[in-house]
Amino acid sequence: MDKIRELKEQFEARLAKTDNLTLLDRVRVEYLGKKGSITALLKGMKNLSNEEKKSFGADVNKLKSYAAKRIDEKVEELRKAEIEREIAEMPQFDITVPANTARGSYHPITLVQRQCENIFKSMGFTVEDYPEVVTDYECFESVNIPKHHPARDMQDTYYLTNGQLLKTQTSAAQNAILRKYGKDLIENGVPIKAIFPGRCFRNEATDASHENTFFQMEGMMVDRDISISNLIFFMKTMLSEVFRRDVKVRLRPGFFPFVEPGFELDINCLICGGEGCSSCKHSGWLELCPCGMIHPNVLREGGIDPDEYTGFAFGLGLTRLAMMEYKIKDIRDLNSGSLKALAQFSDDE
Amino acid sequence: MFLSMNWISDFVDLSGLDKTELIHQFSLSTAEVENEIFFKGSELSGVVVAEIKSVENHPESKKLHLLKVDAGDGQLTDVVCGAPNVRVGMKTAFAKVGAKIGEIEIAPRALAGYTSYGMCCSEAEIGISDDHSGIMEITDDVPCGADLKEIYEIDDIVFEVDNKSLTNRPDLWGHYGIAREFAALAGRPLKPLDVEDLTVFSDLPSVDLKIEDPLCQRYSCLQVENISRSVSPVNMRIRLYYCGMRAINFLADLTNYLMLEMGQPMHAFDSRKVGKIRIKRFDEPFVFKTLDGVDRKVDENTLMICNDNTPVAIAGIMGGLDSEIVGDTTTLTLESATFDAASIRKSTVRLAHRTDASMRYEKSLDPELTVPAIGRFLSLLKKYDSGVKVVSALTDEYAFRYDTVELNFTKAFVDRYTGIEIDNDTIVKTLQSLGFKVTLENDVFDVVVPSWRSTKDVTINADIIEEITRIYGYDNFEIHTTRSPLYPVRPDAVKLSEEKIKDILVKKFNLHELHSYVWAYSDELKDLGIEVEDNVKLANATNPNIETIRNSLIPTQLCQVKTNVGYAPEFGIFEIGRAVTGMTEDNLCVEKKLLAITLYQKTENVKSLYFELRDILAVITGDIKHKLPEFKAKQPTHGYEHPVNLNSIVLDGKEIGTIGIVHPNVGRKIDKKACIVFAELDVQAFAEAETAPIIYEEPSKFPPIDYDISVVIPKGVLFSDMAKCWANEGKGILKSAKIVDSYDTDMFHSETVRFEFSSNERTLSSVEVQEIMDAVINNLKEIDVRLR
Repeated sequence: MDKIRELKEQFEARLAKTDNLTLLDRVRVEYLGKKGSITALLKGMKNLSNEEKKSFGADVNKLKSYAAKRIDEKVEELRKAEIEREIAEMPQFDITVPANTARGSYHPITLVQRQCENIFKSMGFTVEDYPEVVTDYECFESVNIPKHHPARDMQDTYYLTNGQLLKTQTSAAQNAILRKYGKDLIENGVPIKAIFPGRCFRNEATDASHENTFFQMEGMMVDRDISISNLIFFMKTMLSEVFRRDVKVRLRPGFFPFVEPGFELDINCLICGGEGCSSCKHSGWLELCPCGMIHPNVLREGGIDPDEYTGFAFGLGLTRLAMMEYKIKDIRDLNSGSLKALAQFSDDE
Repeated sequence: MFLSMNWISDFVDLSGLDKTELIHQFSLSTAEVENEIFFKGSELSGVVVAEIKSVENHPESKKLHLLKVDAGDGQLTDVVCGAPNVRVGMKTAFAKVGAKIGEIEIAPRALAGYTSYGMCCSEAEIGISDDHSGIMEITDDVPCGADLKEIYEIDDIVFEVDNKSLTNRPDLWGHYGIAREFAALAGRPLKPLDVEDLTVFSDLPSVDLKIEDPLCQRYSCLQVENISRSVSPVNMRIRLYYCGMRAINFLADLTNYLMLEMGQPMHAFDSRKVGKIRIKRFDEPFVFKTLDGVDRKVDENTLMICNDNTPVAIAGIMGGLDSEIVGDTTTLTLESATFDAASIRKSTVRLAHRTDASMRYEKSLDPELTVPAIGRFLSLLKKYDSGVKVVSALTDEYAFRYDTVELNFTKAFVDRYTGIEIDNDTIVKTLQSLGFKVTLENDVFDVVVPSWRSTKDVTINADIIEEITRIYGYDNFEIHTTRSPLYPVRPDAVKLSEEKIKDILVKKFNLHELHSYVWAYSDELKDLGIEVEDNVKLANATNPNIETIRNSLIPTQLCQVKTNVGYAPEFGIFEIGRAVTGMTEDNLCVEKKLLAITLYQKTENVKSLYFELRDILAVITGDIKHKLPEFKAKQPTHGYEHPVNLNSIVLDGKEIGTIGIVHPNVGRKIDKKACIVFAELDVQAFAEAETAPIIYEEPSKFPPIDYDISVVIPKGVLFSDMAKCWANEGKGILKSAKIVDSYDTDMFHSETVRFEFSSNERTLSSVEVQEIMDAVINNLKEIDVRLR
């Protein structure tokens, strides 16, 4: 019995000195393990009488469960202390230090172009890609601008030494698109609905509002009964989406060889809402995009019978739109390659 | 072009209508009107006719005169006047006390010691010409006291039409054509022009005339003599002035007036200089003095009006100085002609001389106009100079006639094109108001296009649609969406890849998208020591710096890096743009859409920057195509490429791009303390590569086994060489091999490779893994890679 008491006192002292879980594990092994001191007590029972064995054994077992309980309590205690210590040791961060906002950027044309493309994609238009170097046929002949047509004078063209040219207008893609989708239109009745954004070139001197390299987006729709009424509807819908508000549009007759009738489309000034301001030269209107019903010659040249099908086409200056959207004053900033100017456009809607 | 509402009102009664609103409608239905409308005369009041009764010199001023004038109010008014042309008995414009001229209100005013009770005015002060050399001279027949605005057409509404918007409308280059539009818009009749009958002169001798060149379509002329008038009537001068022309003399003014009225340019020759009119071109270039006194070089393509063999005018552009009407001209020959539009246009470009006449001829004028224009001229001439005498028959050679344009279409055609209902009656009335002859039977319209619209403007049915709808008014259109059937839209593969690439580069790698020009900037490249490589060129570049089309985007990007040094110690830029990389057999440009990426970092560790770019390319192909590119060492072909670490980017065995480090020669010129690496990828080729399917692999329920080996790798052995050593040894349970550590000493390069084994069927035994690893280690030994 003395041995038991002695061992219990020794255990208590030892436990009191134990201040971490690793040591506590060692204590558990030392006392309760197979070779532990409490277990060892039982081994010394051989010499005892049966009666004594019974009572001694019961006392040892009592001590054993007591020790186990004490150790569990100690574990709990130490864990608690550890968590408290961890909390106490956590430093207070200065969350007000400037954030790392390093990020990439899109070219503003990409953003505006995507906006426009998404609007038309949502209405079932395909988005077409077209080269920048084209032939005279693609850029002029096929869209009803034969040689010596005055419209050619209006567009100062960059010709290449091999006789090709840098496209002056996205209309250069019209013929190819009509041919690409015409078969499906004629055989299966699938309407042609396409937009074709692209870079265009004009041989002219540059200044804050003139560039020799700029982006346009052209679109067209051809089907059996496409009408002027449809054209106005689409223009109004598109521009309302582009400017995210209900825009007023008006059409005036305009002369473009590839459409008939042709229109200049104005929208009510976004700055003054139509009251008249310096941006719209006090007219309340902004001339925004040329459009019209596709000229029968253009359809015919694209392999589509103008007696069977009609269509509308429109052009939109993406560069101009980007300048309006982001209030860019100098058009040359767009091709300047300057990150100071161009790294500001991260928003991708 | 400026237009006078008074002039238009000569031909259509617009009384009771809001003129400003009509002009606005004109802008929406016909041609663009500039924003500012001028209300002429609105700032003028109280100016009357007065007679100068006496003139005294001012005692102290050489310039000033003391006048007494009779302004019709029964008294003489004292006026101090500085004009040099004052004289007794002269009638002039007099602004009484209380009159308003612009912002000035006339009040009694002391001038050099005398009080002036009013002001005698010049034409410039009244705003009816730019003549301010003296006070206005008014003819004797006008009574004193009459309000100037009541005797002259000073009040007018003048607006300007954008010439560009009249490009395809030859009929709108005169007031009469414009009046036709206003008549159609207002629904009021157009009055016929007052034209003199020229057939009565058919007994007189003809002018000796011969068109010897097909570029002259029609030439009409008439000889007139006994012209006594030299100064044009005031109202005529006012109209000319309001429309932007200066009054010169009666005859010149009248030809200009006719041009502004009917759109038909006219010219008056001294008959002594044009006895034998021939229209032709010359075989050799020569110098010709036009009536503005300028010597102009005329070439063999320019059509000339000649007196036999002596040129007297550049056809359709300008008359010659020698044949101009002069003081002693008694007989004049009046020309009214039509010439080939394209020829006139090209001649003006060659001569660099555009005139009011040539501007009109360029638009393809109606040849039917020439004779009525002479008739109208004669009618006005007689009205203002009653003694004139016609001395020749109307001589008219009509060499080229346009075909009459007849069109027919159905109501259904109109409905289909417009998408709205415009009734038959409206269609007929609209077309008739514009001068078309229309017959309608069973919903079929037969239309004859008037000559003034059929030189090029209205030729097909779609043109008729424009006529109907513009007058109907686009604002009045009911708008609706299409009834077209719906089909799925297939996105373009290139476009799709392009957008995904942009997103990855911007969102994942913080790169910046820039744009650049399609030509090589030779000056900037020279500064970087980069040679502009030979390629197709601009044939008509105005700036030799941009002559050559680029064959790669990388040199351009290196210029951009140079531009942005100092923006940040580290940045990456990219562009998806075009270059011409060669020519086809047919000598057409091979245009490529390329992705270029350049990374710049102020660092000495070029390897990490290079691998950053390598990883970007791997992520692009991995994300979009679900597979990784291979890299193969290549030899430099451009001066800006570092000869070491230049690799082809290979996808599915096809070379689709290049990754490399900038050659130190170029790099130093950009930034000595930075590293620059670049990559270029053919977007089209990339887009065409197949996207690998995603093959789902069930996660194993059995524990994996990792097996690490550390190996010493001799120089020249690549990881891809080592990978071959285990490629065929895995028995389906080797899942991956990754570098988990690498270690370099002066003596060797070492890497620790972790092999991961797992199976979906069973718990792997260490024995089978060991067998595989033994084989791998054996294979590695064969390429001299040994365990450390």
